[in-house]
Amino acid sequence: MNITALIINTMAIFGLLIAFAKDKDKAIQSLKIAGKSFIRVLPMVFIIIIVIGLLLGFVPPEQISGFIGEQSGIKGILLVGVLGALMHIPALLSFPLAASLLENGASVSAVVAFITTLTMIGTVTLPLEIKELGKRIAFLRNGLSFIIAIIIALIMGAIL
Amino acid sequence: MKKEREMIRDWILLGLISILLVGLLSIFPDKKEVVLSTSWEFFIEMVWILPAVMVILGLFAVWVPKDIVVKYLGSTSGMKGILFAIVLGTLPTGPLYIAFPIAATLLKKGAKISNIIVFLSSWACIKLPQEMVELQFLGLKFMAIRLILTIIFVVIMGVFIEKLIEWSNKK
Repeated sequence: MNITALIINTMAIFGLLIAFAKDKDKAIQSLKIAGKSFIRVLPMVFIIIIVIGLLLGFVPPEQISGFIGEQSGIKGILLVGVLGALMHIPALLSFPLAASLLENGASVSAVVAFITTLTMIGTVTLPLEIKELGKRIAFLRNGLSFIIAIIIALIMGAIL
Repeated sequence: MKKEREMIRDWILLGLISILLVGLLSIFPDKKEVVLSTSWEFFIEMVWILPAVMVILGLFAVWVPKDIVVKYLGSTSGMKGILFAIVLGTLPTGPLYIAFPIAATLLKKGAKISNIIVFLSSWACIKLPQEMVELQFLGLKFMAIRLILTIIFVVIMGVFIEKLIEWSNKK
């Protein structure tokens, strides 16, 4: 277990202890919600884990870096940015995927673009956003989010 | 009900991917070791953090009800409003589509557009458990810089959209 995992687990345990001390029923309710969300993401977790295994086993690093590595330039960044905007996977699971791509030749910018568009832009949920907030806000928010995702990606690529 | 359909879809997808995995590995047995050891490595990392992340998520869901979000964001504006929008957005209270109706309610109540945009964006991308998983897999430097840049640009975007909408309303 590494330090991050240790901190998160400590936080969870302390949180639970405080919760049980304060209100037992509410604490149990929290645990139930935790269990349900856990079961809900479980298939996605396995899917991502298998995809990572297959990706790293079958796609040589040179190919990954060819598509979304440093030398692919802005094209590679835009490509994964669009992919991230279209895909609908829980953000939690984009990080292991991003880490594995990064280890195998993807550029920092490409990975950042992917994570940021994935979380901020919801193509699948766009109809709902339009219904609740109107076309103007929904399109402006999603469109500008794409642009700032690319800007953030480029800045991070330059820094890291 | 929608959630149930999504779950069924996920399980079917998992089934298909597993078949693909078994198929590919039986055609290319020499790849077996790399694929399985890589997957196993990521599986172990997930096992260490996922239950804890879910517990924290559950605690927040019960102790921070949605009306608190509405209450605080509806009545504050300016710099304070934006700060509130960020903080409230980071609390892990569910997927983005839950935030749309909340945002719509807030807009009707007269909250500033910039606050709403910042709120939606931080709800989407700076969730507390999300940051912890990012820390685990991509490291402190990566997480911290991305977080800071995201907050800066989200605030700029919020103000920009507000000005744009005010300007187009005047015309």
